[in-house]
Amino acid sequence: MVTQQDSPYNWGMVVDIDRCTGCQACVLACQVENNVPLNTENLYKQQRIYSWIRIERYWEGDFPDVKARFIPILCQQCGNAPCEPVCPVYATYHNNEGMNVQIYNRCVGTRYCANGCPYHVRFFNYWEPVWPESLRNQLNPDVTVRSRGVMEKCSFCVHRIRRAERKARGEDRLVMDGEIQSACSQACPTDALVFGNLNDLTSRVSKMSKDDRHYKLLDDKLGTDPNVVYLARVEEKVEEGAAAAHG
Amino acid sequence: MQQGRQLDEIRINKELLNGALETPGWWKWAVLLLGSVVIMGVVVFGIQTNKGLGVTGLSRPVFWGAYITTFVFWVGISHAGIMISAILRLTQAEWRRPVTRAAELLTVFSLLTALSFPVIHAGRPWRIIYWIFPYDFARGLWPNVRSPLVWDPAAIGTYLTGSTLFLYVALLPDLGVLRDRTTGWKHAMYGALSLGWRGNPRQWRLQTVAGVLLSALMLPIFVSVHSIVSWDFAVTPGVEGWNSTIFAPYFVIGAVHSGVSAVVTMMALMRWLWKWDNFIRPEHFDALARLLIVVATAWFGFTMVEMLFSLYSLEAQELAFRDMQMFQWPWAGLFILFLLTGFFIPVTMWLFKSVRNSIVLMFWTSILVNIGMWLERFLIVVPSLARKQPFVYTWGSYQPSFVEFALMAWSFAFVSMNMLLFARFFPLIPLFESKESQIFTTEMKIGRTTIPAVLREQE
Repeated sequence: MVTQQDSPYNWGMVVDIDRCTGCQACVLACQVENNVPLNTENLYKQQRIYSWIRIERYWEGDFPDVKARFIPILCQQCGNAPCEPVCPVYATYHNNEGMNVQIYNRCVGTRYCANGCPYHVRFFNYWEPVWPESLRNQLNPDVTVRSRGVMEKCSFCVHRIRRAERKARGEDRLVMDGEIQSACSQACPTDALVFGNLNDLTSRVSKMSKDDRHYKLLDDKLGTDPNVVYLARVEEKVEEGAAAAHG
Repeated sequence: MQQGRQLDEIRINKELLNGALETPGWWKWAVLLLGSVVIMGVVVFGIQTNKGLGVTGLSRPVFWGAYITTFVFWVGISHAGIMISAILRLTQAEWRRPVTRAAELLTVFSLLTALSFPVIHAGRPWRIIYWIFPYDFARGLWPNVRSPLVWDPAAIGTYLTGSTLFLYVALLPDLGVLRDRTTGWKHAMYGALSLGWRGNPRQWRLQTVAGVLLSALMLPIFVSVHSIVSWDFAVTPGVEGWNSTIFAPYFVIGAVHSGVSAVVTMMALMRWLWKWDNFIRPEHFDALARLLIVVATAWFGFTMVEMLFSLYSLEAQELAFRDMQMFQWPWAGLFILFLLTGFFIPVTMWLFKSVRNSIVLMFWTSILVNIGMWLERFLIVVPSLARKQPFVYTWGSYQPSFVEFALMAWSFAFVSMNMLLFARFFPLIPLFESKESQIFTTEMKIGRTTIPAVLREQE
């Protein structure tokens, strides 16, 4: 029997909405890093695009005081994940490092996890993924290419985590803060995405997650207990009269 | 009490064995036609397996569509057997007798069809065996028993086992009759199948006890099977239209509604195709229609309560889901069609005695019910997923593709073809039940009064 042991790691992420400009660099970095299939025009038309991390754009306020807002949404690595109990074959489960992991080999493609996920961050391979000849050498050798018929989702760049953990174990120490960056946080020009160990109380991600602005997506409603913490946007207070004068 | 005509045993044997001993002319053509649809379905499934589920209309976030709807639909139809043969047997409703076997048979075949749909629906059907069987003891890898998709095969497997046993036990005396009336390989086949049935009192007693016991043991399944199917949806907290505590009883009563309607459809077809006018009487349709009025009204009550309770919360995404389900084309059209066919047209018509006694009208109203019941499941499965949670950015829609329609057609052809193949070798109406019913309704005259010739033992 395999039993889960306590781990010194609890990987998490802080997403500072106030810093996000909606530039989509994270989306591209993730796509390249994780061998995510190309989102062709056809896939868009079929509503079957893959985007392990996506920037949702939404509007706030009424015209003319309407503002565009952005929120990056990736797998929330829920501590109490709705996708996990529904999988009949344990293809998705919670590991002892706080991550919700997907085992492609076990997946039979019932797509039940995708229905369970309230964040829409699970993706199904409706077709066998193909890359054009010119991108043949672009595939990341550290990441599995998923076949048709299996689910996939953000892995928190588990291959990077494993590599750093191996290295640290060899040097008989723990992984240091900042040693691992997920592809998205590495690519973020405004440092809106911060990755790290939530168990380490001195890590940057731990400190930031205790910020006054912190909240978790849908956690109050569904109790999913995500490992991804959002920091709310800082709104400038506009006086009623000033806004009217402005308009 | 509804009664058939008084017939002697020779006539019962002759009329009821007309399907098994002589083949009607249309039989070959019907099987050929249905068989070609079945083969087409197999070919289409092969294409889907080869190309991937991209050939369906499924997308993100509508990951489940027509396949799951059809799965639920056939599990619903399968409630025909348990309602007719178990519950009506235990309540000693005499009019059940001619339809018990056909209803049980419909159960077995619709369950087989239902079981194949999760496989058809899966992304990698060749690995589906992992679902049910624990497969790697050494490393402690087991199926996830927390998943309703593991409960499903357990519940349906239990139901299928029970129904098959029930069907077989009830078939034994008739197999004996067939063995004695055939020669050659058929004689050998019926002989082996009848398990040495001689019709002696001990065998009759055992057969009756087994029937009653199986009915009683299957009663919990009456509640469990469709409850578990409904939990496929109800346990998902992230989907507004699914996550409802009322789903289990709501689905069970809906299943009875569609199952009993399917029995009505089948009875009409049996009466027309094998000319069993002496056994399937308008009185039977009348009784079933009365039962259906009650069931349909209870089911409609559940439908209304489910909608009312969910709308009562006035949550934004619940409203968005209901808005799509009820007011957006083409879902609005389907919704109205669902209300009309599932409840308003058939139930209003069944209120009239002339409709209840008309076999043509009963046939068409029962078909309407099942159109409505399929739509009901479709309108629960798809719009709920298309309007999942407040992330409007990824809301979607769905339209079944040709492949999905083809496999739905396959399911209907598969069930009908199997029924016809069964009818070619075995009587669809149980001989011994018909004879037993005749004995119970025989009357004799003593002086001026008429009394039943046989008194029934109260169990």
